[in-house]
Amino acid sequence: MVTASFLWNLTKKTVTGGLIGLTISDRYASVASVQGLSMHPTFNPGTPSFLGSLTGDHVLVEKFSLEKYKFSHGDVIIFRAPSNHREKHIKRIIALPGDWIRIPSYDALKIPEGHCWVEGDNSASSLDSRSYGPIPLGLVEGRVTHIIWPPQRFGEVERRIPQGRLSS
Amino acid sequence: MISGRLRNVAAQWKSIAKEAMDRTLIVAKFFCILHVTNTYICSPCHVHGPSMLPTLNITGDVILAERISSRLGKVAPGDIVLVRSPENPRKLVAKRVLGMEGDRVTFLVDPKVSDRYESVIVPKGHVWVQGDNIYASHDSRNFGPVPYGLIQGKAFCRIWPYDGFGSLG
Repeated sequence: MVTASFLWNLTKKTVTGGLIGLTISDRYASVASVQGLSMHPTFNPGTPSFLGSLTGDHVLVEKFSLEKYKFSHGDVIIFRAPSNHREKHIKRIIALPGDWIRIPSYDALKIPEGHCWVEGDNSASSLDSRSYGPIPLGLVEGRVTHIIWPPQRFGEVERRIPQGRLSS
Repeated sequence: MISGRLRNVAAQWKSIAKEAMDRTLIVAKFFCILHVTNTYICSPCHVHGPSMLPTLNITGDVILAERISSRLGKVAPGDIVLVRSPENPRKLVAKRVLGMEGDRVTFLVDPKVSDRYESVIVPKGHVWVQGDNIYASHDSRNFGPVPYGLIQGKAFCRIWPYDGFGSLG
């Protein structure tokens, strides 16, 4: 009987812990791993290796900004890819609703209401708004605030605004 | 004597603190269960507006939306879904899915003015959503196909008003 009650207790504690963890990661903050080179100088500065997800940076994602969907220029966000809802991408917000953005191939584009323009820091190898256009803000899952792993690179992710992209 | 009394007081405070802690934990657990149920299983939702007439009333219905099939990618044409509006991420709208990725959708551009129709092919990872009341609906005909990731749930049951209780086709 001792083992039965022990198992029951263990199950109860695991389920409770899981529920609390899930709630916190949905509503307040969670951790995500960064793969790929699209944000190169900011995340994953080393050379890529076969151990992709083990050596990649891990970042802290806060979800408070989802209450009001208020973002600033230069924020790094995580969002569901518009062409595949199972993938999540991490990019930097370049333009917000109402801005006019300059694109090399195009003249200038006005970002529609409720959308934003995202680009990777490493423009040479990044699949971003330059190929699929502005994305709806509803796809955003959180804002990246800190790098937490590896420990020697621990620190805040700064907000960076590229010059000369917006035309007012 | 004094030390004994002190110990008594300390014990009292300890039991009060423990009780408060337990109560807080119960409330926290309750909120967690509520959140997980709402996000991952199903949640009630109040919808109003003319865009889904005659399926949903203009004055407002409370419907149950399940979150499982949209997460598993099982949404099919004909389903009523809750979509985060692409124009205002804080708003959810209820629409019917008319086409999945790769489908060709033909629609009347503006039925109030003319019979002109257009047809488009829904791009990869997107769905075409439209209201049942094509005369008063702001939907994919205005903002184009929406990414699948904006679908928040599939409406399957109306729970209020009582006379309309039942499953939604």
